[in-house]
Parts: sequence; C-alpha cells; structure tokens
Amino acid sequence: MHALSAQGLVKTYKNGVQALKGVDLDVEQGDFFALLGPNGAGKTTLIGIATSLVNKTGGRLEVFGHDIDRDLEAAKACIGVVPQEVNFNFFETPLEIVVNQAGFYGIDRRIAKQRAEHYLRKLALWDRRHSISRGLSGGMKRRLMIARALVHEPRLLILDEPTAGVDIEIRRSMWDFLREINAQGTTIILTTHYLEEAETLCRDIAIIAGGRIVERDRMASLLRRLKSEVFVLNLRDAVASVPRIEGYSMTRIDDHTLEVEVSKEQSLNGIFVRLASQGIEVVSMRNKVNRLEEIFMRLVDGRQGARP
Amino acid sequence: MSDAAAAPTGPTSTAAPLPNTTHARWVGFRTIIRREFERIIRIWGQTIVPSAVTATLYFVIFGALIGRRIGPMGGVDYMQFIAPGLIMMAVITNSYANVVSSFFGAKFSKHVEELLVSPLPNWVIVLGYVGGGVVRGLLVGVVVTVISLLFAKLAIHHLLLIAGAGLLTAIVFSLGGFLNAMFAKNFEQVNWIPSFVLTPLTYFGGVFFSIALLPAWAQKLSYANPILYMVNAFRYGFLGTSDVNVATAFGLMTAFAAAMFVIAVLLMNRGVGMRE
Repeated sequence: MHALSAQGLVKTYKNGVQALKGVDLDVEQGDFFALLGPNGAGKTTLIGIATSLVNKTGGRLEVFGHDIDRDLEAAKACIGVVPQEVNFNFFETPLEIVVNQAGFYGIDRRIAKQRAEHYLRKLALWDRRHSISRGLSGGMKRRLMIARALVHEPRLLILDEPTAGVDIEIRRSMWDFLREINAQGTTIILTTHYLEEAETLCRDIAIIAGGRIVERDRMASLLRRLKSEVFVLNLRDAVASVPRIEGYSMTRIDDHTLEVEVSKEQSLNGIFVRLASQGIEVVSMRNKVNRLEEIFMRLVDGRQGARP
Repeated sequence: MSDAAAAPTGPTSTAAPLPNTTHARWVGFRTIIRREFERIIRIWGQTIVPSAVTATLYFVIFGALIGRRIGPMGGVDYMQFIAPGLIMMAVITNSYANVVSSFFGAKFSKHVEELLVSPLPNWVIVLGYVGGGVVRGLLVGVVVTVISLLFAKLAIHHLLLIAGAGLLTAIVFSLGGFLNAMFAKNFEQVNWIPSFVLTPLTYFGGVFFSIALLPAWAQKLSYANPILYMVNAFRYGFLGTSDVNVATAFGLMTAFAAAMFVIAVLLMNRGVGMRE
C-alpha cells in the first residue's frame, strides 16, 4: 500500500486550462518525497485534489488505500496539509487555531490542548500562543500552519512550499523538525522552489512539468545521472591567464577565481594535482549551480532531451 | 510539555479517534459552534450591541411615542403587539448576519479550508455554522426581550411555541445566510439579500401591524411572505392571537428548514463557491 497513489489523474479547469494531463504517481509509506516543478506545472492542483480542495476531472487517487471517490473521509483523516498561502483566521490566536483544527478531526479538547502545546513548543510558538495571529511574522505563520497540520498526527504530511520567505536559520530548524517527524513514521511530500532543500531532505523525487510527471526517481540516482558538474575554485594567488590542463574545460573568472567542468569520468584529484604542479593553490571550492537545480533546469527546459 | 500523557503518540498510533465515528463528528460540530460563539463574544460590539440599540429605538419611537396615538392592535396594547415582532426581527437579522458574515469571511480569507480538508462530512459543517447562527439569533433575541420588558408587560401564552418558533426561525435564516455566503463572490453580494430582500419582507411580515389592517389584495400577498408566519407563530406564543394558522406556520418553518438544509449540503458536496 502506498501513502499516495495517483493513476491517470486529469484536471481541466472551467477556463479550459488542463492543469493535469494524466498523472501517475506513487509515494511510498515513510518516504520524504520531493514534488518539484515550475510555477503552473500542476503541483498545487495535485495537492488540491489529494486534500479535496480541487475536484478532479478524471483518474483515481488513493491515500493509504482509501479511494477519495469512495472513502473520502478516511482519506482526509490521513492527511495533514500546509498550504502555500496562509489560510488561518487572522483574528484567532495560535492556540485557538491549533486546538480548533484538532476538533475538526474529532479529537477531544483536553487531548487537543495537550497536543497543541507540544507542537507549538516544538515550533517555538508557545510564547506567542495568545497573540492575535495577524501579528505573527512570516516565519511564525508558516510554523503555525505546520503545527496545525500535525495536531491530528497525520500519516501523510503535505507541505506546499513551507519555507517560502523564511530566513535561513528558521528554515534549517524547520528542516531538523521535519526530519524528526519523518523519522517517527510520517510520510512527507514536499514542494519547494529551494532545490537545495529538496536535495537535502528528500529520498525520492518527481518532477512535474506541463501537467505531466517528467521524472520520478530516487534522489541519489537522479543526481548520479548528472554527466558533468561545474566547480568554482578560489585561488590563493592571482593567475594572469587560464592554466592549461588537458582534458578539462577551464575558464578564468577573475584573478583569483577559476571555473572548471568535471565530467563523471574525471576526478577532482586530477585537477588539484595538475594545478599544484603549476604552483597554483586552491583554497576553497563550491558547485557553481546546485546539482538538483542543474537537472531540474535541463528536464524542465528540455535543454538536454528528456534525460540529464 | 506538561506531562507524559500530553506527548503525541505518533502517526501510527491507534489512540486517535476514528474520523468517521459519531463521537468524532460530535466533537467537530461542537468545535464549530464553540468557535462561532467565541467570535460572537469577541466582536460583541458588532454582534450584540447594534440590535439592542435598534430595538430600544424602535420601542421608544414606535412604541412609546407613536404607539400611544395608534391605540390597540390585534386586541392588545400596541407596545405589547410589537414586542414579539421586534424580538423576532432581531432573531431573523442576527441569525442570518452571523452565518453570512462568518462563512463568507472564512471563504474570503480561505480559512474555510481548515474545515474542507478535515474529515468532517459537509452536513456537519452546515449544522455547525447553522448552530452558530442560532446561538447568536437567540442570544440577541433574549437581549431584546429583556429590553422589551422595560417598555411592555409581556404575557406568556405558550412557552413551548415561543421557543419553537424562535428556534425554527433562527435555523431557517441561518441556512439562508449560509446559502447567501456560498454564492457570494464579494462583500456587496453579502449585503444585497439582507438589504433588498430580508428587510422589506421583515417590515411587511407583520412586525409593526396586523395584516387585518391591509386591503384584501395586500392581505393575500402577505400570505406569500414566509416571515409573516414566523412572526405570527412567535406572537401567538405571547398573546394567543395570530393572523395565520399556527400549525400551518410551524409546518412551513419546518419544511423551509429541511429543504434549505438539503440544498446547502448538496451544494457543499458539489463544492459550489469553494472548490474548483
């Protein structure tokens, strides 16, 4: 049984836009799954169908074996969702919002209050529990939506760009928290525009573009498919020209910076040895572009065919 | 954390109640009503005070000042005649206003999604909002009743009929507010029905006069106004007199409530005004 299973999912909006054109997708139980795609690719529509905020036009969707056409309530009970846009009542307090949400899932108020305290503390919102939520910062609002989505302890947590607009420190702490939740058994589906986030957190990935799944693989397998990577090398001493190293394509960016493209068959050791032999010392290096971003752009833009 | 029992038991726990049990639905229903009640109290200056002020003005102007010159109406003192009508007017206005503003507000700011993604069946969501409207309608009705006691001596002919008519009317207009909110696309459409439909029907629904004063054609027309039956059934509970058959009035109110509830649930199932 999959946490989420979509077969031939189609959605055509009233204005004629076909957002999903037959999506087949399985997400394993316990997975930390990245669903990536450019704006308008169909990610939010797919999530909307799973959470019953969007009516599908065709196809099937099951959540932990519960078909949303036949067993919608059971399917919904399995899901917690953190939407892209803030969608709580700005005039209620975080405590009210989380406790009420538990009530909508049939959880008694005493237990709801205990769980609300747990998750609001976990997400560093307990001190603001009685504040009017309109006054929370952007990061706090995002964390509040995560606490709200978790209060009924869903088996599947769907996060639609949960860290958009959140500063790096809070983002990292949210990553740690999500890893913890996932380790406890919650399946997580994540959409994000921060590809570093997807690469860091997720084990499996699907890329959706134009309403179709264009890639579905293990994150590690997908990254291994990159035929080459470009590294930026920072040098201790200035170089006047591009060093000549056979077999490597190298570009001089400025006096102290070089870019080198390294294919899968080549190694970084080879570059360092040859640069050292010319008296050039590398003090640091980094990927020019995030590896997943590179693959993503190639798949979405079709710059290198269907495969990276 | 306050204690060990407070710790969540994890997503595979069997401790969480099943979503489709009667108990879970009852908890969900209570949660919606509680949230609505807290909203009513939080913005009491908008939800309770205006009706109290309006009712006081009506009692002073129509009852104490103009009423003296009008004389008896329907066999009783004019102040006694209009008191049940004014209470009912408050119930109608407030039960409708509560649901239309709360549900449309939830749509507008998207926090209705909190309910839509939950496993609560649509009929429970409708009942919850209707319950909120009934709470406000009856709460304001009680406030206006207390105010009316300052101006008129209210006799009670049949307490159960008063309670039944008040409750059924609040249910009908809460459902009306719910349907209005479902179809409304902006705040103008939220105000349109109360201003151009509800207020005229209420004013012509026997709040201020007995339809016996009207010419025959206007009396016949008045029988098409559902508010006439509600006001008269309620007034009968106080005075023991009515312009309409009380049993017919209760039958109509029950039929309206049942039909509107079914329509509201069917529209919710189709996602009208909410799901694309």
